[in-house]
Amino acid sequence: MRNEYRIALAGNPNTGKSTLFNALTGLRQHTGNWAGKTVSLAQGSVSFKDKTFQLIDLPGTYSLFSNSTDEEVARNYIVFEKPDVTVVVLDATSLERNLNLALQVLEMTTNVLICINLIDVAEQQGIAINERLLTNRLGVPVIKISARNKKGFPMLLDTIDRIVSGAIECHPAQMTYPDEIEAQLKKIEPKVSEFVGNHLSSRWVALRLLDGDEALLNEINKRLVPEGG
Amino acid sequence: MDKPKIIKLVHGQKGNIIKITSLNLDGVMRRRLLDLGFVSGAMVEVVRKSPLGDPIAFRVSQTTIALRKEESSRIEGELVSNEE
Ligand SMILES: Nc1nc2c(ncn2[C@@H]2O[C@H](COP(=O)(O)OP(=O)(O)O)[C@@H](O)[C@H]2O)c(=O)[nH]1
Ligand SMILES: [Mg+2]
Repeated sequence: MRNEYRIALAGNPNTGKSTLFNALTGLRQHTGNWAGKTVSLAQGSVSFKDKTFQLIDLPGTYSLFSNSTDEEVARNYIVFEKPDVTVVVLDATSLERNLNLALQVLEMTTNVLICINLIDVAEQQGIAINERLLTNRLGVPVIKISARNKKGFPMLLDTIDRIVSGAIECHPAQMTYPDEIEAQLKKIEPKVSEFVGNHLSSRWVALRLLDGDEALLNEINKRLVPEGG
Repeated sequence: MDKPKIIKLVHGQKGNIIKITSLNLDGVMRRRLLDLGFVSGAMVEVVRKSPLGDPIAFRVSQTTIALRKEESSRIEGELVSNEE
C-alpha cells in the first residue's frame, strides 16, 4: 500500500493558506516546477500516523476560471495533476465571498475538504459557524481551524487521513443550473464523457465548453490526446 | 415612497450604498466582476474616489476592490442610502 499522498491547498488570497502550510510543514519544504510551468509552487511534507502528506500551496485566487496565470495554475493542478485531496481554505469572517471558490472546486473534483480558518477572529466578531450543517449541505467534510494558533490541526490531518484511506467518501454537492443549461448539459455530457473518461468530471468539462472556455479545450488536447492521435 | 433611484456605480459618491441590479458586460470581464462579488442583489459601498474619478474603490462582501471606469460604468444599482 502506498503511504504518500498529495494534498493541494486552494483558497482566496489572505485566507491563511501559507500560514497553515508553514505551520504543518515546518522546514520540510521546497519549491518545485511542474508540467513546464514557470510558476513555482511551494511544497512541503507532514507526517501523520503511518502516512506522509505532500502539501502543495496553490496560488490564492477568487475564482478558477483561468482568467489569470494564477487561476490557470491552480485550476490545472486540481484537475490535471489530480491531488489525492484538495483542501479549500476559507476565511471564517467572509464565508459568502469564500464559498464561491469552494463551490467551483466541488464541481471540479471529488476529494475535497473545506477548512474554515481564522475561526479565532470569527469568534471575536460573534460569528458562529455550524460546520455539521455545512458538511451536510456541501457533501464533503468541513473543519474549523485557526492556523495562526495551530488550533484544529489534529482533526484536519485525521480527516485528510480518512479521506485518502477511503473511510470518508466525499459526495460534493453539485449546483443545479437553469433548465436551459441543464438541457444542453444532458446533450453534450455523454459525448464529453466518452472523450475524457474518468480523467475529468464530464459535467464540469461540459459546463466549461458551454461557457466557451477555449483555454481548457487546448489544455485537454495537450494533456489527454495521445501524440499523433 | 419614492421610486428607487437607479445609478451607475461610476456615478456613486463616497458613502453611497448601492444595491446592484445589473451588469452590462459579457465574457471574461463579466465573469471577473461576478467572482469579485459584483453580483445582482449585492450591497456595494463607495469607499473612495480618486481625484479624477478613476479608479473608484468599493466595499463589497467584506473586501475593498478598485474598479476602472470601463467596469464601474457598466454596473447599475439602486441607490439605497446616502450617508452624510
Ligand atoms: N488571527 C488569525 N490570523 C491568521 C490566521 N491564519 C492566518 N492569519 C493571518 O492572516 C494573514 C494572511 O495569511 P497568509 O498565510 O499569508 O494567507 P494566504 O494569502 O492565504 O497565504 C497573515 O497576517 C496571517 O498571520 C488565524 O488562524 N488567525
Ligand atoms: Mg500565501
